[in-house]
Amino acid sequence: MNKTRTPLFHVSKRGALPWYRTWAIRGTALLLALVLCGIITSIVTGQDPLAVYAAIWSGSFGTKRKIWVLLQNISMLLCVSLAVTPAFRMRCWNLGGEGQALIGALTSAACMILLAGKLPNWAVILCMIVSSLLAGALWAGIPAFFKARWNTNETLFTLMMNYVATQLVAYYCVVWESPKGSGQIGIINPNTQIGWFPQIGSQKYLLNILIVAVVCVLMYVYLNYSKHGYEIAVVGESERTARYVGIKVDRVIIRTMLLSGAVCGLAGLLLVGGTNHTLTPTIIDGRGFTAVMVSWLAKFNPIWMILTSFLLVFLGRGAGEIATKFGLNQSFGDILTGVILFCIIGSEFFINYQIKLTRRGKEQ
Amino acid sequence: MENKTAAVAMRNITKRFGPVLANDKVWLDIYRGEILALLGENGSGKTTLMNMLSGIYFPDEGTISIDGREVVIRSPKDAFDHGIGMIHQHFKLVDVLTAAENIVLGLPGRLDLKAASGRIREICDAYGFEVDPDQKIYDMSVSQKQTVEIVKVLYRGADILILDEPTAVLTPQETDRLFAVLRNMRDDGKAIVIITHKMHEVEALSDRVAILRHGQFIGDMPTKMTNAQEMTNMMVGHAVTLNIDRPDPVDPKPRIEVKGLTVRSIDGILKLDDVSFTANSGEILGIAGISGCGQKELLESIAGLQPVESGSICYIEDDGTKEELIGKDPLSIQEMGVSLSFVPEDRLGMGLVGNMDLADNMMLRSFRSGRSLFTDRRSPQHLAEAVVRDLEVSTPGISTPVRRLSGGNVQKVLVGREIASAPTVLLTAYAVRGLDINSSYTIYDLINRQKASGVAVIYVGEDLDVLLELADRILVLCGGKVSGIVPGRGAKKRDVGLMMTKLGGNADE
Repeated sequence: MNKTRTPLFHVSKRGALPWYRTWAIRGTALLLALVLCGIITSIVTGQDPLAVYAAIWSGSFGTKRKIWVLLQNISMLLCVSLAVTPAFRMRCWNLGGEGQALIGALTSAACMILLAGKLPNWAVILCMIVSSLLAGALWAGIPAFFKARWNTNETLFTLMMNYVATQLVAYYCVVWESPKGSGQIGIINPNTQIGWFPQIGSQKYLLNILIVAVVCVLMYVYLNYSKHGYEIAVVGESERTARYVGIKVDRVIIRTMLLSGAVCGLAGLLLVGGTNHTLTPTIIDGRGFTAVMVSWLAKFNPIWMILTSFLLVFLGRGAGEIATKFGLNQSFGDILTGVILFCIIGSEFFINYQIKLTRRGKEQ
Repeated sequence: MENKTAAVAMRNITKRFGPVLANDKVWLDIYRGEILALLGENGSGKTTLMNMLSGIYFPDEGTISIDGREVVIRSPKDAFDHGIGMIHQHFKLVDVLTAAENIVLGLPGRLDLKAASGRIREICDAYGFEVDPDQKIYDMSVSQKQTVEIVKVLYRGADILILDEPTAVLTPQETDRLFAVLRNMRDDGKAIVIITHKMHEVEALSDRVAILRHGQFIGDMPTKMTNAQEMTNMMVGHAVTLNIDRPDPVDPKPRIEVKGLTVRSIDGILKLDDVSFTANSGEILGIAGISGCGQKELLESIAGLQPVESGSICYIEDDGTKEELIGKDPLSIQEMGVSLSFVPEDRLGMGLVGNMDLADNMMLRSFRSGRSLFTDRRSPQHLAEAVVRDLEVSTPGISTPVRRLSGGNVQKVLVGREIASAPTVLLTAYAVRGLDINSSYTIYDLINRQKASGVAVIYVGEDLDVLLELADRILVLCGGKVSGIVPGRGAKKRDVGLMMTKLGGNADE
């Protein structure tokens, strides 16, 4: 008789799991990730893994100032993530968050520089708000129009718009350079503080954080309870179904992308007007791309995105901290971040699928 | 079957999908020289069982033996090695390749198309197939494609053939031809399993029937010893009546008038050519035709989803005023006050959103109502509850995504929503495709009730037997043209079948 080879295991799809089990799986993944990071750290660097963890922790929570910076970074990342989410829910891959935020930052800076002294401070700020939202919306609206009209690929189009925005900013950094010859803009209106957003108490970052918190709640309500949000979901799931019930798909695509771009523009505005008071081509700091991960990890749910953006900012700041504290390369921190993200994303597999070992007796 | 070894013996086969028990300790024997009809309602586990035989799924428990020897089938390749070939409902062919290229695709060894063509011809001659090895797939009719699929598995040496609902896409004449071929293969000693819902086909073709219900094996018997009624009762688990009601139309008045409708697809192919007819209120107008003869375009034109080249579609109010529907999208048709419901062919890709729950799907039609910026969640929930209750939808709850429901329940949700808006026109495309007997009769009943309340029903169907029993009039399409309109009462299946393949259906040749 021939030997029959039995597979050791096979993979099959799970039904819906109760929430506590999915969280148990995610928690296990995080724990596993930390253990794995510890092992890698001791092997590669010879450092005590616990000390490394402590450093990661103190990178975010070490001092009061660090906590505020952490919150500010979370809120900025969250803002861009909230911006790309409506488009993502529509299965429209807006990878142009970077450029849309940057163009918003550019117009805000332009208002601060060009209108200072010509208009009262409140009017300058108003102009900054309006122009940055419009500019961001325009930057997303152009690809959206082409997609709705000629079904062009929004991923490539939005991606390329990023480069246009970066080059524009680089150009204006030279035009408006101060002091002359530096090639940089420097702090805008350092003495008059025209166009600077008011501070709440002594907290430089609090206003930004509050604004983003409000946007987060509004976005959650918009996406989940409004008619627009429902249309976005239907278009995202199936354009044919949307047409079948009389939703004007083109209009929804353009409208949603305009919103997406406008919120990106808001992020640029908050960075320039709220905290940095300057403009550089790297002011958005890759958040337009990190936002993609934030949004996906949170399954496009704005409330969960608070958690995921915290996770990514926390890991990023921790990586920076161990780089300085132990004299390790910054890339080592990135390796740890990679391991942790791999485990967390990988855990989704075990939430959706189960592995069954084949139980089988020997031949009788 | 006198004491011979089963070609395939499945023992205690169990397969779970999450919490769902798709197959529960199923025993099944398949013999050579025999056509076995595998019967069961939707979700009874027929296709799952066969997929385990053809290597697509792996059983959780149980054993499969071939010619008395226990085997492990982990992949479709393993299945082929054991001589098992499955012809799926959805063909898996490469459109731009020829029949011969498709048939040898993926086989090891040097590519020798000439030799392959020769062997294909041999196979065709042996069983009475008609295949041109050099014809491209995109030039083929559905039945030709199916033939290629069958030749493909025979070419690979399969002598155990599984056909999953092979007649769903065929005309009566094509079905007869397929059956003749299957009988030839049986007489040649091959084992054949056919999955079907159509009782008269089971009776006409099979030697033995095996019945599954709720994933369990209920029994098998020679076809000669049983009848449609008994088989149906075994499938359903209790006695059912197999007659479709056809009440006389009450006060029919013209409701939809189509004149000279001509439609081209995006790539310029003529899909409908000068189609004219009138659909009356309180009447079911059946549309018959081979699949792809313009049924889809016809319904979508009326529903405002299909750009029209020329012609007119008028909606006629009770007082006789006519309103043109062409050039309007579904939203503006709704705003005109025309209550038009459409149950499209592609239920989850068009009629419903698979990932949304029942309540959210109910909202598709109604979410715009009211001036609020926010959606009203309450009434869709009530509607979903009502549909679940009235149409006996089996679902864990109204917050279950519809894609998790079985085909029949998905259709009940869709039809339930569409008739909830009290339509005056109801368009249905293949309303019972893939549905089991119980669900099918529920749908017929719902459609009849709409008819009784004065709705103009346009029913596109594929099962001629049903069309002949249900429709008051039957419009036959052939290649996008109207081949004829016949009264449903007294129409002959053969005549309608001929009209489907030939304009006017003249049989004198």
